[in-house]
Amino acid sequence: MKRITLGHGAGGTLTSDLVRQVFLHHFMNPYLEALSDSAVLPPGDGDSATSLAVTTDAFVVTPIFFPGGDIGELAVFGTVNDLAVAGARPAYLTASFIIEEGFAYADLDRVAASMARAARRAGVQVVAGDTKVVERGSCDGLFIVTSGVGRLIPGVSLSSARVLPGDCLVINGAVGQHGAAIMCARQGEDFGTSIRSDCSPLAGVLETLLVELGEGIKWLRDPTRGGLATTVVELAESAGQCVVLEEEAVPIPDDVCGACEMLGLDPLYLANEGKVLIVAAPEATPRLLALLSEAGQDQAAVVGQVATSQGMMGSWGAGAYLRTRLGGTKTLDRLTGHQMPRIC
Amino acid sequence: MNKDFRDPELAGGLVKAIRRDINDLGRPVRLMEVCGTHTVAISRSGIRNLLDGVVELRSGPGCPVCVTSQEDIDHMISLAYLPNTTVLTYGDMLRVPGATGTLEEARAAGGDVRVLYSALDGVRAAGAEPSRQFVFLAVGFETTAPGTALAVKEAARRGLDNFTLHPAHKTIPAALRALLAPARSQASTGSGGPPAIEGFILPGHVSAVIGRKAYDFLAADFGLPGVITGFEPVDILLAVRELVRSVMARAGGKRVVNLYPRVVREDGNARAQALTREVLEPCPSAWRGLGTIPDSGLTLREEWRAFNAVKRFAGAGGLQSSLHPALGGSRSRAAGISACRCGDVLRGLIAAPECPLFGRGCTPISPVGPCMVSSEGSCAAHYAHERRRHAR
Repeated sequence: MKRITLGHGAGGTLTSDLVRQVFLHHFMNPYLEALSDSAVLPPGDGDSATSLAVTTDAFVVTPIFFPGGDIGELAVFGTVNDLAVAGARPAYLTASFIIEEGFAYADLDRVAASMARAARRAGVQVVAGDTKVVERGSCDGLFIVTSGVGRLIPGVSLSSARVLPGDCLVINGAVGQHGAAIMCARQGEDFGTSIRSDCSPLAGVLETLLVELGEGIKWLRDPTRGGLATTVVELAESAGQCVVLEEEAVPIPDDVCGACEMLGLDPLYLANEGKVLIVAAPEATPRLLALLSEAGQDQAAVVGQVATSQGMMGSWGAGAYLRTRLGGTKTLDRLTGHQMPRIC
Repeated sequence: MNKDFRDPELAGGLVKAIRRDINDLGRPVRLMEVCGTHTVAISRSGIRNLLDGVVELRSGPGCPVCVTSQEDIDHMISLAYLPNTTVLTYGDMLRVPGATGTLEEARAAGGDVRVLYSALDGVRAAGAEPSRQFVFLAVGFETTAPGTALAVKEAARRGLDNFTLHPAHKTIPAALRALLAPARSQASTGSGGPPAIEGFILPGHVSAVIGRKAYDFLAADFGLPGVITGFEPVDILLAVRELVRSVMARAGGKRVVNLYPRVVREDGNARAQALTREVLEPCPSAWRGLGTIPDSGLTLREEWRAFNAVKRFAGAGGLQSSLHPALGGSRSRAAGISACRCGDVLRGLIAAPECPLFGRGCTPISPVGPCMVSSEGSCAAHYAHERRRHAR
């Protein structure tokens, strides 16, 4: 019998197939079909002509408290960031809590306090919620589901259809920190690293960029589960372009590299929780980098380009590629399932 | 981590030097990287792409998951269906297909399968739940064998009677001998066959344990050069240059060189070797693609036999097919395996994309053979990193 395995939830090829074969198959509609971070819904009949962005996300992280954040912060920023990369200003959240019998009352209070702080920082309110307690063993401590609503920033038109050869790929800072922090926390205290999650809200800085640069910004996505590499694959697929990531240009902290070597992981596939991949027109890119730097994101960097047909990548065709530090070129692909520690 | 070993300029200079040498030689050279971690590093760093048409790098039998026999894999998966039993495994084994399923599928069906980084973690898990049986899948080469030995000793020290292992460790030099023996007889009878491997990139981690001298037979018995090296791009390119120069040199000058002295010594790690010897002893072992090779596996010594899961669970009648869906069900996947050429890939007879199933019937999503499952497998590395290069 075919069953769901953990690999179906890892954000790679298995997840993508599952979503298409089961959920898209049954729920098919034009809003869902885009499979983007948020659905953008048309304005209602009221006086406001603003489109709405809507998104939802479930948070099941282990451990619940980790260096640089906790499940509550993640539940707010994760959803807020999905709205922000759709070009929306986040406004309201709902939050549902699934709590395992026996969970410490004080820990729940700590998570809620952290969510409230995060919501204030992101400029949103939690306006509805639900609480369920399940028998011991039916969930792992605490699961949180948040949904978010935001208003589209006027004049924004983000679409992979606008991505053209010559456009630049910009990341707003170092990658791999959240995924590495979680993996290290799972190894226990004696693993001895100090990597902290990059968990933080993107809405403020993205609104500045969208207002300042307008159509110069073509496409945005937060490289969470599946990491930067998977996001570049998604970009290449939805834009139908040849997209080249430059390994040398991707900022990866030394401690993240070191932990990845120890654990047999590839930092390009590790989750981020405060990063955004921006596709910008080449003429908008210098100003984009300056604005990011002004916002304190001083590790922001151009990490790749949409290749032109004249360049050396001309003959490779549409798809995602990595130019390695040595100057070799390789295919970038989704992971099949989870990254697996290797044997030797 | 020393970034010099990833320096693009240094690497670029080496690529140029290798191309110059090959130009002088007047023909391409075929080498084998024995170790799966080298296979991944070569694909991931783009070295295969940079040496296209100059040096062909074939993957060898150095991916532990890939060379584990189908019989062992079926038995390991069947353990996950035993009641009150936890299977402890390195992550790479989770998705290897057995007769009707994988460990990952056994877990989804309710089996308790846990991934660990160290065999000692398994002993701790067994200590925490004394009423449950814990079976560790002891897969890997000389690198992981000392950890297995340590875990057995620790379980004995703690008096645990619920920790056992399925011994499936293998040793690299025995496999290289088996790989070369038929090639030599073929060459001496002049019966054609596929073009020969002209030199070996030897594994860094395994060599840290067994030492450089363990490979001297390559030069002495088979007249072939070998280079032990690390896993950074510059390490690998230095090894390739050394091997190409050795091929260019007149016959007789072949030797085994250690270019990884920051980790590997002449005699290896004596403590690790002693630990392994204390608990494990050589035994015949079945390798996928190479068949059964005498003294190429490691099993528990007689005095530690109580820790052998194969003996414990077979004795209890625990592995009859009636009890285990994995052994009793359809053989459809096993039938697929017969068309799979993992065996030829592991012997370096064909490159991964030459297998008729590569990228068609066999992909990382639904792998037919283990070379497509393990991230260190030759097929998986080619598929993940170089697919479009082959499609061009």
